[in-house]
Amino acid sequence: MTAGQITANQPGQDALEHAGVAPFGPKPRRVSPGRIGIYVFLVIAALFFLIPVYIMIVTSLKGMPEIRLGHLFSLPAEPTFQPWADAWLHACTGRDCNGLSPGFYNSLKITVPSVIISIICASINGYALTFWPYKGANLLFGLLVFGAFVPYQVVIYPLIIGLSSVGLFATLPGIIIIHTIFGMPILTLLFRNFYAALPVELFKAARVDGAGFWRIFFSIMLPMSVPITVVAVILQVTGIWNDFLFGIVFAGRSNWPMTVQLNNIVNTTTGVREYNVNMAATILTAAVPLIIYFVSGRWFVRGIAAGAVKG
Amino acid sequence: MDMAQNGTSVSIQDLSLNFGAVSVLKTLNLDVAEGEFVVLLGPSGCGKSTLLNCVAGLLDISEGRIFIKGKNVTWEEPKDRGIGMVFQSYALYPQMTVEKNLSFGLRVAGLPKEEIAKRIARAAEILQIEPLLQRKPSALSGGQRQRVAIGRALVRDVDVFLFDEPLSNLDAKLRSELRVEIKLLHRKLQNTMIYVTHDQIEAMTLADRIAVMKGGVIQQLDAPQTIYNRPVNRFVAGFLGSPAMNFIDGRLEKDKGDWYFVVEDVRIPLATYAFEKEPAPGPAVFGMRPEHVAFNSGTGWPFTADANVEVVEPMGSDTLVWLKLGKQNFTVRVTSERTPSNADAVNIGFDPMRASLFDAQTGNRL
Repeated sequence: MTAGQITANQPGQDALEHAGVAPFGPKPRRVSPGRIGIYVFLVIAALFFLIPVYIMIVTSLKGMPEIRLGHLFSLPAEPTFQPWADAWLHACTGRDCNGLSPGFYNSLKITVPSVIISIICASINGYALTFWPYKGANLLFGLLVFGAFVPYQVVIYPLIIGLSSVGLFATLPGIIIIHTIFGMPILTLLFRNFYAALPVELFKAARVDGAGFWRIFFSIMLPMSVPITVVAVILQVTGIWNDFLFGIVFAGRSNWPMTVQLNNIVNTTTGVREYNVNMAATILTAAVPLIIYFVSGRWFVRGIAAGAVKG
Repeated sequence: MDMAQNGTSVSIQDLSLNFGAVSVLKTLNLDVAEGEFVVLLGPSGCGKSTLLNCVAGLLDISEGRIFIKGKNVTWEEPKDRGIGMVFQSYALYPQMTVEKNLSFGLRVAGLPKEEIAKRIARAAEILQIEPLLQRKPSALSGGQRQRVAIGRALVRDVDVFLFDEPLSNLDAKLRSELRVEIKLLHRKLQNTMIYVTHDQIEAMTLADRIAVMKGGVIQQLDAPQTIYNRPVNRFVAGFLGSPAMNFIDGRLEKDKGDWYFVVEDVRIPLATYAFEKEPAPGPAVFGMRPEHVAFNSGTGWPFTADANVEVVEPMGSDTLVWLKLGKQNFTVRVTSERTPSNADAVNIGFDPMRASLFDAQTGNRL
């Protein structure tokens, strides 16, 4: 009894005594059949989803005569960037032949203010709901979350009437307001959960230190919100950039975002269908969300984890 | 109902707090003298932290009034109450350096730069955190963080310090070190301090007076020794002391003018016990602390008995012996030299003067 206790209590001596003894039992194997199966499946899945991307890229680099040969998978014999230039500058939507570039700038003009405004509002919402609960705060939060599940199509017509009655229908501010409103439920949920996971004592300490609503928000909470703000930015940028429905309904012809322009370019059928230009235009439109994902993927995961799991 | 008299620092009058239908604090009264160290002690959920939050102004109370330094602060903002607060989770602002953490409240109040620098220098010196001033809280150990948190209360130059379980997140060694430091700090500053804890050692060592709480009511408010030796009810008796007090359920009987506590064949004479008032015969609970029992030390005690040893727990400094006294479980604390071996028949003795008798129904001290 005592001998066992002594060795157990002195790990250094224990290790010395057993230095020459091999570990018992089969060594854990690094590569098991299950692992191989998983990787084979993953590689196949990745290839499956990459094939369309590959076709898009090679087609966009071919000239029309080469496309007509019908070799979908072959690399371009004479690579050309003319389709990309055409897609950006000259492709036709109806009678206008200015390419995608106006749509790109329109999308920027819609996305940047919408993202900024919606995130500012949502972070204040989440902060107030968490730390300054007022009467009916929970009900309001419930309604907000419920709002996330309302299908867009249901509310479009009332919104058109509402916006046009205040003269904002088919204007840039109008579409920005729409995006801000529709971002509110999910963003508020995101921020509220993030703030709810922070220790409430932090808020109490700031109150004892004499800070008020805005001071606590700007000096304490906002600097801590970086991870969740990154998540919100990614969600909103990709969501708003990819939006088609609100853009075509609420933005107005002169503010149509890139997605709407892309649709018009692809569907404009005067003469030959220029597959290479269509492919280039599609890649250009998808480039912004893609870049956002690639650049911030790490942050995204970190922010989601910080908001959802911690606490 | 009058203004707090001179020398009273914090006065809580008829304070009640309800969350909806749940009553958390029930018409509670507490006066804390100037420079006094009062510890609120109780199990979790007894309302001690809630009471502290009410004093700090972080919770709106339902009824009653709170005076600090003779000023009615019942509806004042926390910052206007003249309090500093230290939290269990330190609650340091993570993106600010230690210095910025300390100065945040002063900057909010708009104090001049030189004054802020002066106060931070003083607090840093008292708490010996000068080398840490430019670090972020994440680069500090738990003990250092709690020092900074105390510093944040210190720089506010307040009359009353509120501690909300400040040491509970620290390991045992650090806890005992910081406990001494808080005691030294209190001696140096002479501030009023209200300290919430569930740790009876902290309460016993730090307090001038302990308020033992249960279910939103202060059970007993007294000096630590009084609470320990003369608990007003069974809850207080059982909550303080480790190992816990021995409780024996039995009967009070009067025989030829003398009171006896009787359980089965054990008869404890109570001639030396000081009753609160003349008792009535009937069911009662006899309480005796394990360290007030003499062990194998002759028959010179008002009560002696033979007992059988069940289990022996050596703890280094002393030994806990679990006995059977008749059919009752009974623990005795003995010095480690006198540790008996298992299954010894031993002899115990005690003076009922040190006992506590409680009413079997109400649990109140008899």
